[in-house]
Amino acid sequence: MAQKLPKKDAVIIGLGWTGSILAHELCEVGLDVVAIERGPWRDTATSFPISYAQDELRYRIQHDLFLRPAQMSVTFRNKAGETALPVRNWGAFMLGNGVGGAGIHWNAETWRFLPSDFVLRTHLTQRYGEKFLPDDMTIQDWGITWDDIEPHYDKFEYLCGTSGTAGNLKGKIQDGGNPFEGPRSRPYPTPAQKQPFSHTLYAKAARELGYKPFPQPSGNLSEAYTNPLGVKMGKCTYCGFCEWFGCANYSKASPQTTILPALMRMKNFEVRTESEVTRINLDRSRTRATGVTFVDTSGQEWEQPADLVLLCAFQLFNVQLLLLSGIGKPYDPQSGEGHIGRNFTHQTMSGAIGFFDKDKYNFNPFVSSGAIGMCIDEFNGDNFDHGPLGFVGGGYLGQVQTNGRPIETTPVPPGTPNWGPKWKQAQRDNYLSAVTATSGVHGSMYSYKTNYLDLDPTYKDRFGRPLMRLTMDFHDNELKMSAYLTDKFSAIIKQMGAKQVVPHLRKGPYDVTAYQTSHLCGGAIMGSDPKSSAVNRYLQSWDVPNLFVQGATAFPQNHGYNPTGTVGALAFWSAAAIRSQYLKNPGPLVHA
Amino acid sequence: MRSSAVVGLWGLAAIAAAGAAYAATASVNTQDFKQRERGRQLAVAGDCAGCHTLPGSGHDFAGGLSIETPFGNLLAANITPDAATGIGAWSDDEFVNALTKGTGRSGEHLYPAMPYTYYTKLSRDDALAIRAYLKTVPAVHNPVKSDQLPFPFNVRASLAGWDKLFFKPGAFKPVPNKSAEWNRGAYLVEGLGHCGACHTPKGTLGGDKRKQPLRGYALQGWFAPNITNDQRLGLGTWSADDIAEYLKTGHNRFSAASGPMGDVIAHSTSQMSDADLHAMATYLKDQPAQKEESAPAKVDDAAVKTGGRIYADECSGCHGRDGKGTPGLFPALASSPAVRQSDATSLMRVVIRGARSVGTDKAPTAPAMPSFGWILDDAQVADLLTYVRNSWGNASSPVSADDVGKARRALAKRRD
Repeated sequence: MAQKLPKKDAVIIGLGWTGSILAHELCEVGLDVVAIERGPWRDTATSFPISYAQDELRYRIQHDLFLRPAQMSVTFRNKAGETALPVRNWGAFMLGNGVGGAGIHWNAETWRFLPSDFVLRTHLTQRYGEKFLPDDMTIQDWGITWDDIEPHYDKFEYLCGTSGTAGNLKGKIQDGGNPFEGPRSRPYPTPAQKQPFSHTLYAKAARELGYKPFPQPSGNLSEAYTNPLGVKMGKCTYCGFCEWFGCANYSKASPQTTILPALMRMKNFEVRTESEVTRINLDRSRTRATGVTFVDTSGQEWEQPADLVLLCAFQLFNVQLLLLSGIGKPYDPQSGEGHIGRNFTHQTMSGAIGFFDKDKYNFNPFVSSGAIGMCIDEFNGDNFDHGPLGFVGGGYLGQVQTNGRPIETTPVPPGTPNWGPKWKQAQRDNYLSAVTATSGVHGSMYSYKTNYLDLDPTYKDRFGRPLMRLTMDFHDNELKMSAYLTDKFSAIIKQMGAKQVVPHLRKGPYDVTAYQTSHLCGGAIMGSDPKSSAVNRYLQSWDVPNLFVQGATAFPQNHGYNPTGTVGALAFWSAAAIRSQYLKNPGPLVHA
Repeated sequence: MRSSAVVGLWGLAAIAAAGAAYAATASVNTQDFKQRERGRQLAVAGDCAGCHTLPGSGHDFAGGLSIETPFGNLLAANITPDAATGIGAWSDDEFVNALTKGTGRSGEHLYPAMPYTYYTKLSRDDALAIRAYLKTVPAVHNPVKSDQLPFPFNVRASLAGWDKLFFKPGAFKPVPNKSAEWNRGAYLVEGLGHCGACHTPKGTLGGDKRKQPLRGYALQGWFAPNITNDQRLGLGTWSADDIAEYLKTGHNRFSAASGPMGDVIAHSTSQMSDADLHAMATYLKDQPAQKEESAPAKVDDAAVKTGGRIYADECSGCHGRDGKGTPGLFPALASSPAVRQSDATSLMRVVIRGARSVGTDKAPTAPAMPSFGWILDDAQVADLLTYVRNSWGNASSPVSADDVGKARRALAKRRD
């Protein structure tokens, strides 16, 4: 029997980026808030101190910061009709665990999507006609526009101290920035990070080919920064231990380095760690959430009643909790009806390794940061004419070399044996003089009828709840896009002076064992029609208006950028609507 | 986290002392909000809660916190208005006497862990304001047997003699040729703030060395540094604004507070008015420099060289190759009085065990130094600190592996 706890104004499921932002925004207006977090408390000096944070074996290879598959996993298949099998070792994406969530282990690439991305279906059909899109592609408009979201991008960037060079300031194109970005109301809070040699060389080559390279917006800060909450961050030391790691130097934006110090001081906030929410409880009408049920480490079940429920877990687990709680109509791929589980997307990553003359080039690849890099945006979104190309979508092309960590950084030319003295010699010859972009071609993945999430009929978690089943494959449109972009990218690496360029194309079928990014999106998407979306433009559930579902879960499709900037902006956007509209008059904010 | 509060030291001798009756000139009116609010602010300045509130108990001023002294531990008394176990049944005069004369309700001597040697400077008006405030906090029934000392220190009669030697009763007298701000600062630093309880060196009997005020003293596993205006060892390079900022936020462009000073800032100075903090800073800036008696000892070049390598590997990421750190985040080690103190207790502690700086509303970040005690052996810590103490304008005595070993063993016994 669950023991009932005193009622709170709001309960937050998961204390990562969105949970922390929502908690702070709501505590600021006086709400009594509790966050329930599946994983442990994490803090810079005690969880990933400088004295051992840079341990590649522990964090990168052995996944120390991540969810253990024994604790919770997912099942996977490429197509409906196949039998999904459980993932026993993370591969294509990494699932964070604990306070800070994925905000701890990200690279801190802090992008904004393009204005046209938010109205994607409208934009593409207007430009190319409805028939240009593949039949089974289910891309949608977001239900918000650039002008809606821009102030909230700004708020997230100023929270994080993002380092970058503005490309479009209030409509005026700026030298050195991304000329394709939407108009921004302010410059970045801190200047762009300094770029190492290979990144600088890439920018030079890109300019020679007629592109306009710009520094990638980075949450690894170029200089010390104090954010609007009074929280201080240090400047990045270019150690190159960002993604998969916690930052020991207080210089990578994370809930720990930007919000939690202020949030944890608030008397109307508390967090219960190592407590896993097992369901969202509904009243008899099934249109109102009464709170959540969670289990602590001793197996004791608790009920936490609350007026407002904020679902802030990672994308997969947001969808899983909605399905397990019976909220909304599950997606049916046969009929195309239902909205929980639909438009599940990831990313289409590819790249190229450039091998340079070792006597002329020494790139010192270990001098790096997770979000360093020079990029071009000529082939992102609809920045280029897709008409003659026969596909839609795109991505940024960047020399985004985030590290030179010794276990992973083993660039050897094709034909080199996989082990032995020849491999060692090739490794010695190429470690310092190869260019191995971590995010080379950061391609979009649009949504399709056949890529979706539902509950697995066979495999269960430790509480006996069905696991999330991922049905996901690449479609021709994405593979064509990726091949085209990889070709453009390889040409830039060649222009840098590489003696050999080895493209790494993305090929189907989708492989759940090979890492791409952790950018899983969709499953409870936002939109303006309750028939085709799970939440309205404010991330409020159409079915249960006192439930808001945060994060990349809401993306109708994934675009050619890293998603965290947009995840943060949406959280501020949603919080603003709760503060200014919902709290005054609790109920549906959009009547459809 | 703290497990004990900050107190001064004392010795014991058995000599009788005479008490003096106090003439009542004012009284407490619990309906006088102004008096109560002034009392609350004074109680904050005196950091009463630092000892009398057990952290996590949820009961303000109900006592029970263990106070560490070199002679054993004491439990802080319940000072809520509970008649049976607190001070609810005390008369105002009894309260004022406890605060300013160190005498208990039945005339017994209080242990000077209760800093009456400083609170004696309080005006009767201020003492009564504190009384007025304490009358309004919730009464908590919590019997506390304060005296947990072993024999012979549990013989209270001996305290009379100690008082005779080390206690100069008497309210603060303003210095006429100094500004009002200076005098306010003096009243707070020498009186309520009881800064000297930690920062003034003690003699063998634990009494303050009055000729060396605020010159720094080691206690509770830390070294409370010199806070005179000395250029090399004290606050000489800090402006009055730097001092006030440090007391308000726990951080300034040079340094970060942790350990017992972090507690003082969290519970007391961060909640004080800017004017009072500036007054304290003004007074401290006027405290005469206290020169070291002897020049720093010769430093072994090999130790500095080895220490420099360790520093580059382990420390420079945050504190910088130039030792300048990042203001408000990573303390500067260059030209740092904290680094230069004659006694390296705090430095050894911070390297071996790590330390979390205090978080305040104005500076919530509370960055922490991780522990390096598990990576660096005694000789490595010694070389590292010898390097730090003799780089970027610092010139201080070397630290030996022996010193580090002793510090490591002492720390192993400490819960805080």
